[in-house]
Amino acid sequence: MKIAVLVKQVPGSESALPLNNYQNWIEESSVTFVMNPPDNYALEEALLIKERLDEGEVVIVSMGPDRVQKVIREGLAKGADRGIHIKESPEIVKDPLLIAKSFTTVLKEENFDLVLSGLQSDDTGMGQTGVLIGEMLGASTATLAIETRLEGDHIKVKRELEAGWFQWVQLPLPASISIQSGLNTPRYPSLKGIMGAKKKVIKCISSDLASKQAQTIDKIFIPQTSKQTEVIEADVDVAVSRIVEILKSEIKVF
Amino acid sequence: MDILVVLEDSQGSLHRLSKEAIVGAQELGGKVVALAIGKHCEQIASECLSFDLENVITVNHELVSTYNADGYSNIVKTIIEANSPKIIVTGHTYQTRDFMPRVSAALDIPFIPDIISFSEGSFVKQVLNAKLNATASFSTDQVILSFQSAAFTEENITPGSCSAKAFDVNLDSSIVRSKTEDPFQEDAGDVDLESAELLVSVGRGIEKEENIPMAFELAKVLGAEVSASRPVVDSGWIDSFRQVGSSGSNVAPKLYFSLGISGAIQHVVGMKGAKAILAINKDKDAPIFEIADYAVVGNVLEIVPKLTEALKNQ
Ligand SMILES: Cc1cc2nc3c(=O)[nH]c(=O)nc-3n(C[C@H](O)[C@H](O)[C@H](O)COP(=O)(O)OP(=O)(O)OC[C@H]3O[C@@H](n4cnc5c(N)ncnc54)[C@H](O)[C@@H]3O)c2cc1C
Ligand SMILES: Nc1ncnc2c1ncn2[C@@H]1O[C@H](COP(=O)(O)O)[C@@H](O)[C@H]1O
Repeated sequence: MKIAVLVKQVPGSESALPLNNYQNWIEESSVTFVMNPPDNYALEEALLIKERLDEGEVVIVSMGPDRVQKVIREGLAKGADRGIHIKESPEIVKDPLLIAKSFTTVLKEENFDLVLSGLQSDDTGMGQTGVLIGEMLGASTATLAIETRLEGDHIKVKRELEAGWFQWVQLPLPASISIQSGLNTPRYPSLKGIMGAKKKVIKCISSDLASKQAQTIDKIFIPQTSKQTEVIEADVDVAVSRIVEILKSEIKVF
Repeated sequence: MDILVVLEDSQGSLHRLSKEAIVGAQELGGKVVALAIGKHCEQIASECLSFDLENVITVNHELVSTYNADGYSNIVKTIIEANSPKIIVTGHTYQTRDFMPRVSAALDIPFIPDIISFSEGSFVKQVLNAKLNATASFSTDQVILSFQSAAFTEENITPGSCSAKAFDVNLDSSIVRSKTEDPFQEDAGDVDLESAELLVSVGRGIEKEENIPMAFELAKVLGAEVSASRPVVDSGWIDSFRQVGSSGSNVAPKLYFSLGISGAIQHVVGMKGAKAILAINKDKDAPIFEIADYAVVGNVLEIVPKLTEALKNQ
């Protein structure tokens, strides 16, 4: 079983997000990057599938500037076998079709049985890359997987639907499946894993996509609010007494 | 046809987000045609006959009696190829996420998802976990757009009258390779969040499992129920039946007291109906503050224990 896991590096949820000079994306130099959270679950699922079968290969594929090698290494330290870095110019592409085409060229050559991705990236939030790639590879697809069961030449996926509903889907392989968070407990790299990762191979492939984008992000900005909000920014005791007053006299909870 | 609205069936009726998508399509302007697929397509179409649309196309086929991505993407693709709409519009639902990218890839039409508003060819969507907004645009002749929940209000549908007509598709069984089972619900647990008057809701800002009792103690003195955001449930700190949001419960309490929740849309759709929102977050730019009535900028771990004490003395 040959499994590709698409792992994106994104700004961490606590990172500063200063706008760049063109105001069309963030200024990356003061951003702290992490592995996109659902991709971490996708990686864990791939490692679990391989361990259960006791055979196969897990390959991390990441697209982005040189910095993304860090998340590839992190994945290798957790137990993935090798990495592929699709190298972009410093400015990341935001056209999902173009991104998917670039991935597809690389993935096609490798003939993966399974492509796992996260259901959505925290930065651009397109929520479509795994499915685009599935269609381009001629593979079957499913999204929002919260359980997977590999059974011979097909895989059963429990999909999350809206408002507490679920559905089982059975897909023939090869399949491209996007993973919803929470379906497993992602491991941390062991010291041995971290040491071992240094010897694993990351293949670098360059891509030049920036000029061909059919879909672009032209501007980013801080959302404006229309709601009247009382902001309470005070030391703890003052804040606490104001909250008590609100609960008592305005919301009247007691 | 200028615009094709792809409708969704929600247990035999028109999905709320489909109605909102119709409003979006009408605002984009031009000749709007709606498409209803599946075994309930006629019922769905009949709900649209009093709207200002060109007409409603219905497609039923035994291969799509239960929703599946293979069948739906093929049908939508066929309709687009036959009619060449400039814009394909839909609600940003889980089903849209599941099959619409297949249409996008098959026809090489860009898909701008989860749009909250638009003006003159540029579309606003949230990025970076809702902390920033972005305007996106496209340079192709055709585009697929999906609208976020509540981007439009269904009451604003322009009324009119139109008719429905069935369209026959040739779907080969070799196209539908996935086997879909019927949807089901899981045990809801013994907590009824949806009718709770007061909710204390815990987010990742609670930082660790050992801090969870802090929220339960506050809830106890308030007589509130405890709910949570997804990452807290994913980490196993709180039971999944307490999750609020698009994949959890939809709540409308008198008070939603959120502790360290950022305010991502998938959470907000489940709680924005609260009469009052009081939020504590250490980040003054947290998106939750955009919808909060009271925004307490501070550390949950410092404020909550003191607040619980103060309330005990009331
Ligand atoms: C298809 C889909 C479905 C989803 N369904 C749901 C759903 O049903 N429900 C749901 O909740 N989410 C859902 N999500 C996830 C959602 O997008 C967010 O990731 C999630 O809501 C974030 O949870 P959070 O705010 O608790 O965590 P974070 O985003 O990590 O935010 C933590 C917040 O706590 C603050 N904080 C940190 N420490 C402290 C402290 N000591 N004191 C005060 N504040 C602090 C931080 O400033 C931050 O704002 C879904 C996502 C997708 C893509
Ligand atoms: N540049 C990238 N590198 C690696 N994986 C990516 C990249 N872009 C998207 N993905 C994968 O596709 C998923 C969905 O991304 P998106 O469609 O951008 O929301 C992510 O969770 C990743 O698994």
